[in-house]
Amino acid sequence: MFRLEQRPQPSKTMLYLTPVIAVLATMIVGAALFALLGIDPGSAIYLLFIDPFVDSYNLSQLFVKASPLILIAMGLSLGFRAGVWNIGAEGQFIVGAIAGGAVGLALWGTEGWWILPLMAIAAALGGGLWAMIPAVLKIKFNANEILVSLMLVYVAENFLAQMVQGVLRAPDGMGFPESRNLGRNDATSLPDVFPALGIDAGGVVMLVLLALAFFLLQKHALGFQIKLTGESSRAARFSGVKPGIIIAVCLGISGAAAGLAGLFELTGAAGKLTIDFPVGYGFTAIIVAFLGRLNPVGILLAGVVLAGTYIGGENAQFQLQLPAAAVTVFQGMMLFFLLGFEILINYRIKRLRRAV
Amino acid sequence: MDFSSLNPVAMIVLLIGAATPILLAAIGELVVEKSGVLNLGVEGMMIIGAVTGFIAATTFDSPMMGLLGGAVGGALVSMTFGFLTQYLLSNQVATGLALTLFGLGLAALMGSAYNGIRPPRMPRLEVEGLSDLPIVGKLLFSHDPVIYLSLALVLAVWWFLNRSRAGLVLRACGENHEAAHSLGYNVQLIRFGAIMFGGACAGLGGAYVSLVRVPQWTEGMTAGVGWIALAIVVFASWKPWRVILGAYMFGGITILQLSLQALGISISGAYLSMTPYIVTIVVLVIMSADRKRASLNAPACLGRSFHASH
Repeated sequence: MFRLEQRPQPSKTMLYLTPVIAVLATMIVGAALFALLGIDPGSAIYLLFIDPFVDSYNLSQLFVKASPLILIAMGLSLGFRAGVWNIGAEGQFIVGAIAGGAVGLALWGTEGWWILPLMAIAAALGGGLWAMIPAVLKIKFNANEILVSLMLVYVAENFLAQMVQGVLRAPDGMGFPESRNLGRNDATSLPDVFPALGIDAGGVVMLVLLALAFFLLQKHALGFQIKLTGESSRAARFSGVKPGIIIAVCLGISGAAAGLAGLFELTGAAGKLTIDFPVGYGFTAIIVAFLGRLNPVGILLAGVVLAGTYIGGENAQFQLQLPAAAVTVFQGMMLFFLLGFEILINYRIKRLRRAV
Repeated sequence: MDFSSLNPVAMIVLLIGAATPILLAAIGELVVEKSGVLNLGVEGMMIIGAVTGFIAATTFDSPMMGLLGGAVGGALVSMTFGFLTQYLLSNQVATGLALTLFGLGLAALMGSAYNGIRPPRMPRLEVEGLSDLPIVGKLLFSHDPVIYLSLALVLAVWWFLNRSRAGLVLRACGENHEAAHSLGYNVQLIRFGAIMFGGACAGLGGAYVSLVRVPQWTEGMTAGVGWIALAIVVFASWKPWRVILGAYMFGGITILQLSLQALGISISGAYLSMTPYIVTIVVLVIMSADRKRASLNAPACLGRSFHASH
């Protein structure tokens, strides 16, 4: 038999190695799953995990998909570090897109460089305010932020449905429940910055914010307080950290980041608001945050890996008739493996010797 | 507007149907939380139960096999959560989320061949003579067996937790796992069992959705019912009989908003569809606002991992 023995110090090697082990384990178990589904495991694994990173067209798509994931995960990771569980990023993503999109649609026909930044501010405010609902209810009434933020995803989805059938519907759209195409309008479409790499203005903003998050966590007092609250909320309170402020800051930042991601998706990849606009980035970003060890650099890498599974999944759908849901299974499995292997950070596996 | 089409007896019958999946999932989660484990994967276990139940029912052409299939599916998938949190000491919040994400994906994968099929019909338990009584017959004696089962399950859980020795041990694990361990109880195994029970209940609730409520298989069909069940446990202050109250109240809200949509009331359907979720938030706020009472009722070790150092 085996038993677990606590390490005197958490292992640094394992801290960085576990995400890699988790991805490898997902590939192995995934190959078995493909074999069960009657799909050639070798080519499926190649399409999902290798092709997105070597094919030049896929590479340009990689960052387009990775940007929103990384941006949302960056915000979520701050809260997760402090033990503030915002799992409603999907809702904040939607509300951000609605708020920013509404500004763009209201200014339809106007030209000017200032329109897109204004939309971005509206989106960040929209997402941030939507996230302040669970924050305020947590601070004032001690209501569980996990459940409140999640319930608000369903509210946001219904709100989106109402908006695209109502005030935001395209006047010349023949009654289809969708907005005008902001992506095909010069003033409201996201400009490309490095087209070869697939980095648009949203990607640049994301990288800047990621660097800021890195600075916040490494050098700033607020970052220290966030980390301290997560490690020991009692110690944090004794040292004068106000838990309410940490909750508000973490939810506010993550909501604003998710809202911005929603706007970038709207003005970039999606173009217009429809009922199908949300595609689950808010939930996948949770996996990205954990796989990246809640660390800005790790999140950057994890976002690229998860984006790769999306792109690879789409290609595998065409080439191997892989069901679309298989990618979600993969992503969930990756998180399971990661959480399971995390035990190696704090514990050693020891073989028990039988008593002679 | 014509309100006469809102027949109160028919609405109550519908209400009970809408409440039953929530009730089943919530009573299971209540036992899990009483043992000290917070499983946020209820939604994932329910959707797995919905698909495995549907597959079992159509394969064997038997609704009862469907219910069994749903419970088994939910229990099996909950074992991943049990193993990770109990034996690999993973974070319960993160693992529960993983279970929900994984469950939604796996269910979609398993169910892709079952879209658009109708499952075998669930029979109603008609009692000769009694079911034909006016009003009372419809209200009490004309439901399907799952509804009676769900109420019996609540009673059984109440008896188990408050009147049986095993229930006392389970509650001890939830209140103080070190003490339970030092008395010689295997905390991890007891919690693992509770998690599987919770999985079976959630799976049964999911199977009820796909076999009776809808009845067909569509992706993501549980639409947040699992999360509402989690909120119901808080609403119920971890007391079994109050779970009935909470679940039936939510059933009532769901049916009311659906009836209003059908009536073509001037409020748009999308706004009405939000109401169950908004009411959940309001209820959570009311129940959590009194911090003292909330912390008295919640199991003291809820969400904390246990590892015996010797």
